[in-house]
Amino acid sequence: MQGSDSPRAADQPLLAMKGVSKSFPGVQALANVDLELYPGEVLALLGENGAGKSTLIKILGGVHTPDSGSIEIGGTTVEMDSPLTAQRAGVGIIYQEFNLVPALSARENIFLGQEGSMVSWIASKQERQKATALFDRIGTQVDPDQLCRNLTVAQQQIVEIAKALALNARIVVMDEPSAALTPREVEGLYEIVDELRSQGIGIIYISHRLDEIDRLADRIMILRDGEQVGTRSASELDRNQMIEMMVGRSLQNEFPQRDTQVGEDRLVVKGLSRGRAVQDVSFAVKRGEILGLAGLVGAGRTETVRLLFGADKLESGTITLDGRALIPKSPRQMIGNGICLLTEDRKNQGLVLGLSVQENFGLPNMNDFAAAGFIAKKSETTAFAKYVEQMTIRVTGGSQLAATLSGGNQQKLVLAKWLQRNAEVIIFDEPTRGIDVGAKYEIYQLLNELVAQGKAIIMISSELPEILGMSDRIVVMREGQVAGCLVNEGISQEDIMRLATGSEATIAG
Amino acid sequence: MKSRLLKTLLVDYGMVFVLLFLCVLISLLTIADIHPEDPGAGRRLAGLMVEKYGKEINVLIVARNIDADKEFASAIEQQLIDLGATVVATELGNPRSVRQRMEKLGADSVRIDMVATHNFSSKWNVLSDDMRKTMGASYPSLKNVKVVRPPSYRWPTFLTRQNLISILNQNAPVAIMAIGMTLVIITAGIDLSVGSLMALSAVVSAVCIQKYLGAAQASGFSVMLAFLIAMLVCALCGVFAGIMITAFKVPPFVATLGLMMVARGASYIFAGGADALKIEAESIDVLYAASILGIPSQIVIMVVLFMIAHVVMSHTSFGRYVYAVGGNQTAARLSGVPVVAVIIAVYAICGLSAGLAGALDASHFGTGRPKAGEFYELQVIAAVVVGGTSLMGGEGKMFGTFVGALILGVIQNGLNMAGVDSYRQMVIYGALILVAVLIDQLKKKVINPTAAG
Repeated sequence: MQGSDSPRAADQPLLAMKGVSKSFPGVQALANVDLELYPGEVLALLGENGAGKSTLIKILGGVHTPDSGSIEIGGTTVEMDSPLTAQRAGVGIIYQEFNLVPALSARENIFLGQEGSMVSWIASKQERQKATALFDRIGTQVDPDQLCRNLTVAQQQIVEIAKALALNARIVVMDEPSAALTPREVEGLYEIVDELRSQGIGIIYISHRLDEIDRLADRIMILRDGEQVGTRSASELDRNQMIEMMVGRSLQNEFPQRDTQVGEDRLVVKGLSRGRAVQDVSFAVKRGEILGLAGLVGAGRTETVRLLFGADKLESGTITLDGRALIPKSPRQMIGNGICLLTEDRKNQGLVLGLSVQENFGLPNMNDFAAAGFIAKKSETTAFAKYVEQMTIRVTGGSQLAATLSGGNQQKLVLAKWLQRNAEVIIFDEPTRGIDVGAKYEIYQLLNELVAQGKAIIMISSELPEILGMSDRIVVMREGQVAGCLVNEGISQEDIMRLATGSEATIAG
Repeated sequence: MKSRLLKTLLVDYGMVFVLLFLCVLISLLTIADIHPEDPGAGRRLAGLMVEKYGKEINVLIVARNIDADKEFASAIEQQLIDLGATVVATELGNPRSVRQRMEKLGADSVRIDMVATHNFSSKWNVLSDDMRKTMGASYPSLKNVKVVRPPSYRWPTFLTRQNLISILNQNAPVAIMAIGMTLVIITAGIDLSVGSLMALSAVVSAVCIQKYLGAAQASGFSVMLAFLIAMLVCALCGVFAGIMITAFKVPPFVATLGLMMVARGASYIFAGGADALKIEAESIDVLYAASILGIPSQIVIMVVLFMIAHVVMSHTSFGRYVYAVGGNQTAARLSGVPVVAVIIAVYAICGLSAGLAGALDASHFGTGRPKAGEFYELQVIAAVVVGGTSLMGGEGKMFGTFVGALILGVIQNGLNMAGVDSYRQMVIYGALILVAVLIDQLKKKVINPTAAG
């Protein structure tokens, strides 16, 4: 059942990692994992967060040293002691966070570190030609003289790939490459992967999105809790089996059932505008309702909810909550009015990672716990313990650093601090991004519980199944405007995409 | 579990160990003969005298005419009388007056068996063997005069109450400013203006007293009022810096660099270009000269402020807001923390602490010195950094800053005692700061070896 049953078993593997183990203080991150990669194949690496995918990749990239095990590239054993060794051995890794210098051009980034000695003449013309040739190989052109900070995320990704190819990478690892791309850009990414595959490059592709795995993978390797659950040919597995193998149990439904009575309008937004990002946006959320906010990346969804939350300055428009007019001035003021936002980027915007979980929990709730300025730690601890139990937040104690929580638990922690604040309108921006399958279901259940309590929820999501699985109604945005509002009954992903891309101007609901 | 405890100890209290190590080291290097001159030593001396020579002794007590010696002399006298010995006279003065007194006693035929004094006065020529012989020849009653002094012992001169108090007293202004600086640095900022604000405060105090509060006639109350005004001015300067930083997004380094120059220049202008603006008020030392249980007011103020600051940082919402703003400003704002107000408050407090240091300086020297606090900003920052506060913001402890300030003070004191010149002191000082920052980096690795990943 291991990699050896690959149809290419006769070939020499491009990469063979054998019996790799790695432990960190208190965690066995990887236990005796074998990985083989053949030329011209896409090996999908699947697993929940914390399953050991990143550790495996960092060992391959020379960032971590394994406790035991060996790495062979093209049949020769390589001591991966530094990222430089990995580069020289032909391993190119495209991490989720790009390693590009924003103030340098695409060309300069591609050849960064290859200029020769500290002081050497740079032949710009030659570099430009080489860059163009690399982009040809990838099949998409990017202006080599454009500064990286002016490039779209997809273009930056292409620059990263070109950088890897410029170093003669024969093994390309992509860590969640589609996470920040629009659906159209993802299509482009598929073509790039196909192109690289046809050139005999071995690709390790990490993703949470099972439809991408279906589309791209030749073989699938699944990790769970640092152990190899299995490596199968892609045709052998369907999506349910993949999930089962990842989670270790079967999930009946991706989305839990809910039968909440939707009530009267709670939050009504009219003519919200700010520059070109948000133009004349109007919608309403009702008691006990989840309003989905769909659209392509850059359609102005996040910008809209930031206006609602007082995070950015509103240029025009009105906001009423339960009939009361609100003029947003700051997040602090809107929080006081019962509106809260769970940002997409929990690590940088949702939590102060250097503070403990309990301190993060207490941060917006100082009115409760520190009425006269002095923090009543006991009541804070009691309140926090209540949420830890109710929401099954996995923490070792109140003093654990927020940085050490997994994505799902971080999301729960952010939610807990807002619930303590008596939030009435809860805005989720990509509530399950970067959260593994098991924890996703728990988050969905929490959403259902919240609307059952009469709260109103706005949920931004770029995953159409999630939008369709969870929303009562769906507002679709395009280029800063509301393209349409759909009642979630008998509609399909295509209906939403048509509105989001503007291919058909139907306004329904 | 045990190694974890050790780690916590090292990380949270590592600097305390460094401080203790330094104290032990300097103590060992400064062991010397100590000649006690305190009242306790006087009483012991009296006891020893009676024990050895019996009650039937006539004693002359000799010391200088200073407050400490008066206490010393009266302690001997009291104890001798209590033990039944006779004190014929107490002479507080100089060698000349002692000689006159002895000649007078000799002329009056008053028998003197012993002269009780301390080490310092026992070295006076008048009490030397030759002089006593000469006097004994002239006056029979002075034939057998013995000179006794409290026994000496070996003890580190570093570890004397007087020296320890003077370390604390000398470093109090820097330590007080370090409280404000710790707040600023925890928010990932920096304040270069504290040294200049200290001077501004001293000069503003001087101007207020001289021009508006009655100059020589100014009461203690007026002086305190002037200090409050000066501190307020400095706090407002901090508010100004805070507004520049928050509303106009000027980097803290630049905003406070500008303020530093403006405040220094303004201090010289207010002082009329003089090196020091004389304050004529008698009561100018009302703040500096006060003491509690023999501990100078500066030290008391410093310790009390550190305790308050510690409580504020660990038990109030403001403290948590400060850590949150430094840890992640965006997340803090989106969690409803009033980020702008917190940053402005932090710079205002830093200015206020510099203002207090300036008021203490004016009260100490009785002048408004526009050059007070020169380069103090660097010492203050050094104290905070040595105390383990990260310049990246988000972490740091008041207790650490206190220890940091003490470490710098102890080192300076030790180097002074060892007779190291000021240029070499600078080199050692700088090297120490580098070592402290290095330790900070290393301990992060010990705590979180996977931080890279």
